Amino acid sequence: MRPYIREKKDFSFSEVPENTSFEAGYLTTVNSGWRSIRPVIKEKCVGCEQCYLYCPDGVISVKDGKAAIDYDFCKGCGICAKICKIGAIEMEAERK
Amino acid sequence: MSKKFLSGNEAFAEGIRLARPQVISAYPITPQTIVVERLSEMVEDGSLNAEYVHVESEHSALSCAIGASAAGARAFTATSSQGLLYMAECLYYAAGGRFPIVMMNADRSTALPWNIYGDQRDSLSQLDSGWIQSYAENAQEALDLALMSYKIAEDNRVQTPYMANLDGFVLTHTYETVDIPTREQADKFLPPYETDNCIDFDNPKNMAFSAGPDTNYIFKYKEHKGLLAAAEVISETEKEFADIFGRKYSGLTENYRTDDAEYIIVTLGSIAGLCRETADKLREQGIKAGVVRIRYMRPFPNKEIADVLKNVTAYAVLEKDISFGNEGTVFTNVNSALKKAELNVKGYNFIGGLGGRNISAGDIENIYTSIAKGTESVNFIGIGGEDNGK
Repeated sequence: MRPYIREKKDFSFSEVPENTSFEAGYLTTVNSGWRSIRPVIKEKCVGCEQCYLYCPDGVISVKDGKAAIDYDFCKGCGICAKICKIGAIEMEAERK
Repeated sequence: MSKKFLSGNEAFAEGIRLARPQVISAYPITPQTIVVERLSEMVEDGSLNAEYVHVESEHSALSCAIGASAAGARAFTATSSQGLLYMAECLYYAAGGRFPIVMMNADRSTALPWNIYGDQRDSLSQLDSGWIQSYAENAQEALDLALMSYKIAEDNRVQTPYMANLDGFVLTHTYETVDIPTREQADKFLPPYETDNCIDFDNPKNMAFSAGPDTNYIFKYKEHKGLLAAAEVISETEKEFADIFGRKYSGLTENYRTDDAEYIIVTLGSIAGLCRETADKLREQGIKAGVVRIRYMRPFPNKEIADVLKNVTAYAVLEKDISFGNEGTVFTNVNSALKKAELNVKGYNFIGGLGGRNISAGDIENIYTSIAKGTESVNFIGIGGEDNGK
């Protein structure tokens, strides 16, 4: 199960717990701000899931028989593009 | 109840056996070693059902206790001097995480020059770490504090670790007859530890996390309030203790002949007994002498200090400590209590006993006579040299 994102700011005094233990299983923010290049899945992807196995951030899944990237958490390391045996993933410059 | 002839360390170990910690992690250091030796024997002979973890350092000893507490266990560790300083990083983790660990610290000097004898510079240097700090006077009080410490630390209003300080050698290694409560009495007094501040497989939590500028301040404020709340909980716990065990304690301070006193020595730890004897002797000569023994440095007895010192002619703070470049830290704290109460009383600092140097009855008598005449603000007992500490 992927953690859900709970973007909450401005905790009130009473919302801050007494000790440092709190609900688990969520992330407080997306984490893709440092990405300068992004992997893009091309048509020739065969859905072999090699990239899924190698992705250090676990952001790759398979949708409709092809790899799909969760860009909220992909850090743009490029390992998926390097590991892809048929060259179906290309790293493209990030433009914002 | 049974009576035994025990050293301070042994008495504390007996108290801990009755408190039933589930995890004990400790690294031996003089003069604390005997307390953990006795506890290991108790685990070995089956009279204490605890996991006894041999760790490789004091930093690990407290880290292990923090982990045990985060798993919901009642945890104990003990140290002294350099060991306390080595675990300093973890002191703040334990306090900030609100893990109610109990640690015995055998008060000992700090290097350099290397020295194994007693003074209070080790624990007083850690006043800001967020731990409750008690200072026992005798072996019986040490045992009783061991038993009370968990009840105070684990109280839901407090949730704060507890450092029980015993003067190295003078208290840890001297023998007294000590009353040992029965197992039944102890179990009635101290129930098993229950907390939500622990790992729970059915309800996963983040634990011991970071907190940014938006909430960190609130966590720290709540930590402060928890330590302040200990004052009331200490008082409640002592009442309950007296009901079950018949021994009474007086909260954050203990006053002796202070009602009409003109001259008071404020001190802490085992030297208080000699101060009381000296006060008795001076009373026979018509000098109205009294003694205040600080039992808890954190939470600090601001109100108690102001109440007892407000009518005196002069007070002295006698401590085995110095904050280099300023004065004794107990003196600083006592003065602050008076300032907050808008009192202007003459007060003097007497520093002595560093590195285990003896403080004699004559030295204490000199303190009373010199504050009656007026003296330097900060005095070093019997230091010698050209200016004799002036």
